Amino acid sequence: MLPNTVKEKLISIVTAANFDDSKTGRLVYSYDATPNFQSMPDAVVSPRNKQEISQIVKICNEYNIPIVPRGSGTNLCAGTCPTEGGIVLLFKHMNKILEVDEENLTVTVQPGVVTLDLIQAVEPKGLFYPPDPSSMKISTIGGNINENSGGLRGLKYGVTRDYVIGLEAVLPNGDIIRTGGKLAKDVAGYDFTRLLVGSEGTLGIITEATLKLIPMPETKQTMLALYQDLEAAAKSVSKIIASKIIPATLEFLDQPTLKVVEDFAKIGLPTDVKAVLLIEQDGPVEVVERDMARIAEVCKEEKAVSVQLAQTEAEAEALRTARRSALSALARLAPTTILEDATVPRSEIARMVNAINEIADKYDLNICTFGHAGDGNLHPTCPTDSRNHDEMERVEKAFAEIFEKAIEFGGTITGEHGVGVMKAPYLELKLGEAGIAAMKAVKMALDPNNIMNPGKVFAKDSRKRVVVSK
Amino acid sequence: MTTIQEQQRIQTEFQEKMDQDELLNCMRCGFCLPTCPTYIESGYQESHSPRGRIALMKAVVDGLIEPDEDFERSLDLCLGCRACEPVCPSGVNYGHLLEDARDIVNQNKKFSMPVKVVRNAVFKGLFPHQERMRGLTGLIGFYQRSGLQKVARGTGVMKLFPESLATMEKVLPQVPTMKEMKNRPEHLEPIGTKTHKVAFFSGCLMDTMFLETNNATMKLLQLAGCEIVIPKDQACCGALHGHSGEKEDAKALARRNIKAFDDLGVDFIITNAGGCGAFLVDYDHLLKDDTDWKQRAQAFADKIKDISQILVEVGFHEKVNLELPNQIITYQDSCHLRNVMKTASAPRTLLQSIKGVQYQEMQNADRCCGSAGIYNIVESEMSMQLLDSKMVQAKATHATTIVTANPGCLLQMKLGIEREGLSGKMRGVHIVDLLLEATRTDQ
Repeated sequence: MLPNTVKEKLISIVTAANFDDSKTGRLVYSYDATPNFQSMPDAVVSPRNKQEISQIVKICNEYNIPIVPRGSGTNLCAGTCPTEGGIVLLFKHMNKILEVDEENLTVTVQPGVVTLDLIQAVEPKGLFYPPDPSSMKISTIGGNINENSGGLRGLKYGVTRDYVIGLEAVLPNGDIIRTGGKLAKDVAGYDFTRLLVGSEGTLGIITEATLKLIPMPETKQTMLALYQDLEAAAKSVSKIIASKIIPATLEFLDQPTLKVVEDFAKIGLPTDVKAVLLIEQDGPVEVVERDMARIAEVCKEEKAVSVQLAQTEAEAEALRTARRSALSALARLAPTTILEDATVPRSEIARMVNAINEIADKYDLNICTFGHAGDGNLHPTCPTDSRNHDEMERVEKAFAEIFEKAIEFGGTITGEHGVGVMKAPYLELKLGEAGIAAMKAVKMALDPNNIMNPGKVFAKDSRKRVVVSK
Repeated sequence: MTTIQEQQRIQTEFQEKMDQDELLNCMRCGFCLPTCPTYIESGYQESHSPRGRIALMKAVVDGLIEPDEDFERSLDLCLGCRACEPVCPSGVNYGHLLEDARDIVNQNKKFSMPVKVVRNAVFKGLFPHQERMRGLTGLIGFYQRSGLQKVARGTGVMKLFPESLATMEKVLPQVPTMKEMKNRPEHLEPIGTKTHKVAFFSGCLMDTMFLETNNATMKLLQLAGCEIVIPKDQACCGALHGHSGEKEDAKALARRNIKAFDDLGVDFIITNAGGCGAFLVDYDHLLKDDTDWKQRAQAFADKIKDISQILVEVGFHEKVNLELPNQIITYQDSCHLRNVMKTASAPRTLLQSIKGVQYQEMQNADRCCGSAGIYNIVESEMSMQLLDSKMVQAKATHATTIVTANPGCLLQMKLGIEREGLSGKMRGVHIVDLLLEATRTDQ
């Protein structure tokens, strides 16, 4: 519960209509898309502008009240679950596209803008915003920036980080700062823009963002390559890249995933093969045709049993839909779906997929793997049941081993989902003690009272905990 | 106002009766949020989203919250359009959860006397009895034909009613006479080569207030080569009851209908109202705990098909010459036809094959218009907000004809046209009426 004085002060800032501490109102912001995390906030506050946010932050700083900024709550690391209570900050009033600058190729937005709305606003002008997390229909730009979201187009076009060139943010002391700008070059001081991107709401509250746009690619082609050998599929990935071709999409699905996808989508995918690659290239017609021909050759050299180029846009869309429905299909297998995003250098894809399969066998689990093979970002997914405690313990252990393997292969514990609470205990695996200390020093310098999304990124203890809550 | 005792009873029943597996199936990914009309219109309030509502139901089961007024408000404001279901990765059957939750809340709640009287009159006294439906429609007919309507409008007495109801009065169709409503056919022969033997589910409202549409439906079926049986003992589908937390009444109606349609030797049971069809197709779920009826319910549900679907399947639009004077038409999906009966392309295929018309797809045609059974009367404010958004999209198509596939949607579209002051310039029409209007049999 918030002290009455705090409640009154917050209401005086945002008005009663934008302050909710009813049980129902708080319950619906007690979770995000991460399985098995739920915790009630003390209040839900919807500010209307940066000045209000600054005032709210000052009060919270004075009274030591946690603040959890929240977009649409679609993250998969419990990043917006208010594990330590406090207030959840919503951006439903701050959801305007402020400017599309066609001279500088930038778009300036408020944090509450939905990703797809932004994409659709710039595309008619021939401009392209590539980051496309699978939740883009509802995820917000503010959430994408805080989690540094990726997507299917990451291989060729990079992730959210690569498109944020300017930010406005409220710091934990209430100061409002602006970083970067509509600038291709800017070396004035520390790169605060990059520091804030992916900071998961632990360093400040983003109130405005200027994003880089690029010209819309002219055409796109889609191809499906089938393999009887997992290794061969993985090798094709490395070889395509080694041939100095960067496809727009290079997605991988293993046989267990293929089977459930076909069972669910029924579009005639082959289920008798061990793996498929979904490959797309975009750009000028000549380049796309040349690249796709070369990619087809590489796949065949690497023993693909079949390489099919989609003949129509409808066919291409069916293939993309199949890939996108992978999670849906897997989610239907069991009540609980644990989806991870261990990432390795792309040369290590084959070893990583093999390691995941061995670990699944060892712990007697059904783990299906699909993902963005082109950028080494895999999604080992485990359909399970959170009520089966014995199995959940095994899931926990298996994923711990998967993370360790990823690090061993020069990879990371999370490619695009973020650390949050979920993977905080594993962060040290990746960063080491000194790395954690350096990051904590930054956090403590900006947020000495630890009010900004506390309990995220840095683990309180070393107890490993992905899915088992006690 | 629910008392503490009522809340405790509701909580206990939630723990006993709600489908725990289904609640757990929601993985809270949020993919449903952009499809939810009340989430969008309420300014992105999670408590008015499917994910929020499921979380609230689960929280009541888990004892995290009490089923207080805010909780009820969240359930009440749901349209039940089920647009969240097709996009759900986990395939959560939200509609069933909503019906169960509403049923528990309503059965354990003491309604105020006037509300109770109205609910009883409507759910128990009126809809299950076709002769009373005819009687009421007859009264409306008397009202329309006797000059009383003119008097009522002239004196401004209609201003005493809520806005949606007052406007509704203006857009009700010219209803048929008692004689027309009583003399209904029970069997019709196909015209031309026989393709199927089908049964026709005539519905309560459709066979009274929208009698002309039912006649048109049967005519189209005949032209499509269908031999039609129209069982006399059939009753209201029970959707209104099911959606309003009167599940036992709905089950009684379901049993009656299953019985009426048993052993007819038909290939399909045809409906022309998305709302009814979606409820009929769910009879197997409604009676899942009734061992005597489960199998029969399944067999019944398997035969349900919408009129537009069967017309496309038998190639009606290719066989029959469809032609209309030059006009732009657009189509507003019936949520239940689209989201539950999964019929979205058939109506569009039919409309696009009418010569002389330009079909213009409306943006967000798949979003609920706000009709939703009795929602536009009990939740008038949200309903009108949704309707206003809908009319913006409708006007953008420049269509002069808005086609729907469900009586509720049709009335709501007519209401929208009236509210926008577009009567005379734009019309709302049921798809079968338009198809019959377009049918040129003189080929």
